[in-house]
Amino acid sequence: MSAASRFLASELWLIFGRRRNWAGLAVLAVVPVIIAIAVKASPPGRPGGGPDFISSITENGMFVALAALAIELPLFLPLAVATISGDAIAGEANLGTLRYLLTVPVHRTRLLAVKYAAIVVFAVTATLLVAVTGVVIGLALFGGGEATLLSGRQVSMGEGLLRLLGVCGYIAVCLCAVGAIGLFVSSLTEQPIGAAIATLILTMGSFILHAIPELEPIHPYLLTHLWLNFGDLLRDPVGWSDLRAGLLHAGAYIVVFCAAAWARFGAKDITS
Amino acid sequence: MSGSAVGPAEADEASATTMPASPGVVVDVDEAGVPLDRAADVGEVGVPHAGRAGAGRVSGMSASRAVEASAGFAVETFGLTKRFGRQVAVDSIDLAVPAGSVYGFLGPNGSGKTTTIRLLLGLIRPTAGRHSMLGEPMPRGAGRVLPRVGALIEGPGFHTYLSGRDNLLRLDAADRTADRSTARARVDAALERVGLLAAARKRYRAYSLGMRQRLALAATLLSPRDLLILDEPTNGLDPQGTREVRALISSLARDGATVLLSTHLLSEVEQICTHVGVMHLGKLVAQAPLAELRAGVAPRAAVETSQPDEAAAVLRRLGLSDVDTAVDRATGVLGDLAPEKVVEALIHARVPVRGFSVLAPDLEDLFVSLTGEGFHVSG
Repeated sequence: MSAASRFLASELWLIFGRRRNWAGLAVLAVVPVIIAIAVKASPPGRPGGGPDFISSITENGMFVALAALAIELPLFLPLAVATISGDAIAGEANLGTLRYLLTVPVHRTRLLAVKYAAIVVFAVTATLLVAVTGVVIGLALFGGGEATLLSGRQVSMGEGLLRLLGVCGYIAVCLCAVGAIGLFVSSLTEQPIGAAIATLILTMGSFILHAIPELEPIHPYLLTHLWLNFGDLLRDPVGWSDLRAGLLHAGAYIVVFCAAAWARFGAKDITS
Repeated sequence: MSGSAVGPAEADEASATTMPASPGVVVDVDEAGVPLDRAADVGEVGVPHAGRAGAGRVSGMSASRAVEASAGFAVETFGLTKRFGRQVAVDSIDLAVPAGSVYGFLGPNGSGKTTTIRLLLGLIRPTAGRHSMLGEPMPRGAGRVLPRVGALIEGPGFHTYLSGRDNLLRLDAADRTADRSTARARVDAALERVGLLAAARKRYRAYSLGMRQRLALAATLLSPRDLLILDEPTNGLDPQGTREVRALISSLARDGATVLLSTHLLSEVEQICTHVGVMHLGKLVAQAPLAELRAGVAPRAAVETSQPDEAAAVLRRLGLSDVDTAVDRATGVLGDLAPEKVVEALIHARVPVRGFSVLAPDLEDLFVSLTGEGFHVSG
């Protein structure tokens, strides 16, 4: 194992070996279970209420995963990523481990790179956890089979799962944008909770501003503006241009905030 | 130990190690190839012989370390300055830590020691000045220098929910120069060396302050080091632990490492240091080999007698300097003279002696005179 991957492995072990984070991941995984059981107990009578996927669950259990992702995207998933990314630098500063890491020495750019890589792994893991739990419980309670896309066409189980994987990828990239903001905020403070809350406020604030029609001129710049474009993966044909726009949008956030974190952290006096 | 007794005794020790130098103080400044003008800067602070900062290793030095010492300084700063807003935390200091020395970095709390250490390690950027470590300019050479430097900075800092061993493995994983295959063995060896192996699997959260301090010391021993920068290493340790840590530092120094030891404890300096630098209000007010500092505060002989003038005459005749009389006593700076010779001469001259004492030099008095206050907090 190379030196870089050894440090990343150590970083992931810090994240995934921590009981607090297990609890957070458990909450994420519980949501699809609750959805599946609730739908099983009282099937929804309301068909076609938009892309909430709930009404499709009884037809194909795979939709539990999509419903859970759609429900967790506005709060639980960003919350989890904000907590982890807010902890990245501020957590080490708060414990006093940052000064020791830097004198090992770990180059500051390398530290940021490894921290961000770990955030990305966490974002992907959290998204896949929700999806996999949803698929497993959904198939167990409702069975699988062909899936009906939003545009009405039926696709095979395999293609359905492939499209679900695409949705997970898209959502994970959106969450990586949250992670980049979190990394930047985390480099500003020694309070990990404060950094996590600030990151979450920026995400929630983006949703709120997006809900105010009078602010439409700024909507295209908001973090969450294109998050719901993942639905384009469930149409026929796939809405590639909207997806690409969403990915570029998230990518811009990632580049800007990682660069800001690098500029800030690279020159910072470490007095923690 | 009186100041006058230090010189000859240690000179014997040094010459026994076949030093190619003159007796007494071993490696002279110019012989070591060290520019004398730097030493002259330090001389201005008014400590006797403070100019010999880079001069001789004083005791117990092996031949190989003598070579290292002549290679120069393990840490060297030039006008290093750090301002935080309007406050000057470190004010243009010229630190010179000779390679192979145990350098006591002394000063009251708040005098700028920790800020200096953070500057040395590149954690904070200087407002002005520059420095080098292990012969390389910093912070440019940090990637090559810091793996050879073990540091304890302002107390321990570890992940509370990991065990002591896991915390060290984490630090080792971050070190790109460390060999993964030997990590576990090195971690356990470091824990063993600080007496923490039995508690290796305990969570850090459950460690006492002394155990935490030991773990921080273990972290500095994960790989072979040429320089150890230890900020208050005995903080929080019980007397037994304090002795162990001092023995550990001495053994590291014997193995050839340079130790920069920041402390506010004079006893620590007296017991293990070869060189001393004194910080006060952000300034380096003195820097010299410990033996020279000691010599700077010469022991005085004090005679209690009903005939102080006669006693003073005897003292002068024996060559004591700065002879002074009071109503019932005479005192003088003893110099190299053995105290018993003085007593003998007094008796011989029929001076009635009621009491005789040697007022040994007290480092504390010296440091109080340098810092102008008790050893507590700088404002």
